[in-house]
Amino acid sequence: MIKGTVKIDEEICKGCELCIVACPQGSLGLSSHINTHGYRYVELIKDNCTGCINCAIVCPEPAITVYRQPKTTKSKVA
Amino acid sequence: MENKIPEEFEVVYCKPSTLTDMPMHYCPGCGHGIVNKILMEVVEELNIQDKTIGVAPVGCSVFAYNYMNIDMQEAAHGRASAVATGIKRVLPDRYVFSYQGDGDLAAIGTSETIHTVNRGENILMIFINNAIYGMTGGQMAPTTLIGQVTSTSPYGREAAAIGNPLKITDMLAQLPGAYYVSRHSIHTSNAIRKLKKAITKSFEYQKEKKGTCFIEVVSNCPSGWKMTPLESMKWIEEHMFPIYPLGDLKIPKEESKVTKENPN
Ligand SMILES: Cc1ncc(C[n+]2csc(CCOP(=O)(O)OP(=O)(O)O)c2C)c(N)n1
Ligand code: SF4
Ligand code: SF4
Ligand code: SF4
Repeated sequence: MIKGTVKIDEEICKGCELCIVACPQGSLGLSSHINTHGYRYVELIKDNCTGCINCAIVCPEPAITVYRQPKTTKSKVA
Repeated sequence: MENKIPEEFEVVYCKPSTLTDMPMHYCPGCGHGIVNKILMEVVEELNIQDKTIGVAPVGCSVFAYNYMNIDMQEAAHGRASAVATGIKRVLPDRYVFSYQGDGDLAAIGTSETIHTVNRGENILMIFINNAIYGMTGGQMAPTTLIGQVTSTSPYGREAAAIGNPLKITDMLAQLPGAYYVSRHSIHTSNAIRKLKKAITKSFEYQKEKKGTCFIEVVSNCPSGWKMTPLESMKWIEEHMFPIYPLGDLKIPKEESKVTKENPN
């Protein structure tokens, strides 16, 4: 499976949770901390992100950057 | 969880360069943010940032000009499509769009809306239907559903007194000036992908001077609806879609044969 990861701008996140339900892997969850605007922001809670970008597409702010293992690296391994 | 990004990983999604760095003022989970962003993604991908002019409405998206890093003009309440008409006629080589809520486009601006489409102005009109006046505190809109409680319909909208929800998009699709009319939503990532395709197509049609492209976005207003963002997305599916079903209301004649053979 392709490996990916996300970086969430916790100061921009408003904790709307749209990304949490959009993630097919269940990789995201709300932090128990709040940002300076008073929102519980989202963070990666599992190491199973595939870099599908669903979370980033639904994020209104947008607070999410998505990274993915390059396809060339994959073919080198195979 | 400590998240280190491996060096060899590539960026596959980041905020488009056509959005400014200003944080959006919209409430958490509001569809306005999603549509502002998707629109600017299209402008970035088509590489038309310096050729695109947007017209912002009065309503929650009044500050869209602060977020969209393109030339923008603010219009008086309801008049965005009239202002966009003027801009497009003076600068016909620019890509011009209006962006309006349902109070703006389908109440105070009904006349401008109908006549812009009837004239077949070569612009893209984006219509955010959240069935309420968000900015002013959740009053009933022409698009408010039967039974929907708002601050001016505290017992729910009643057809006998107020009439039925105004399906303005269906009306506009009947006008000869309308070239492409389509209804989309923002409730899932797939719906947003489809919306993005429709916006891209509309700018391509505008380049070919085809006439008015009109995209309704069935959206949410978690604050006005008094719901969480997740509840509002469910409410869209359960209550908005039966009245405002998604799909194309008018597609170019040349394409209708193809679409029938290969429904997407
Ligand atoms: C001439 C005039 N009349 C009324 C208003 C008050 N007003 C501001 S926004 C608005 C409606 C906004 O609703 P909508 O267009 O649905 O946008 P939303 O805020 O829901 O995105 C109204 C009635 C105004 N600003 N100007
Ligand atoms: S990129 Fe896909 S898998 Fe990764 S967190 Fe976002 S939605 Fe989940
Ligand atoms: S969708 Fe965006 S704003 Fe909403 S919780 Fe996720 S990261 Fe935060
Ligand atoms: S009031 Fe409604 S439409 Fe306006 S920003 Fe808030 S959620 Fe969005």
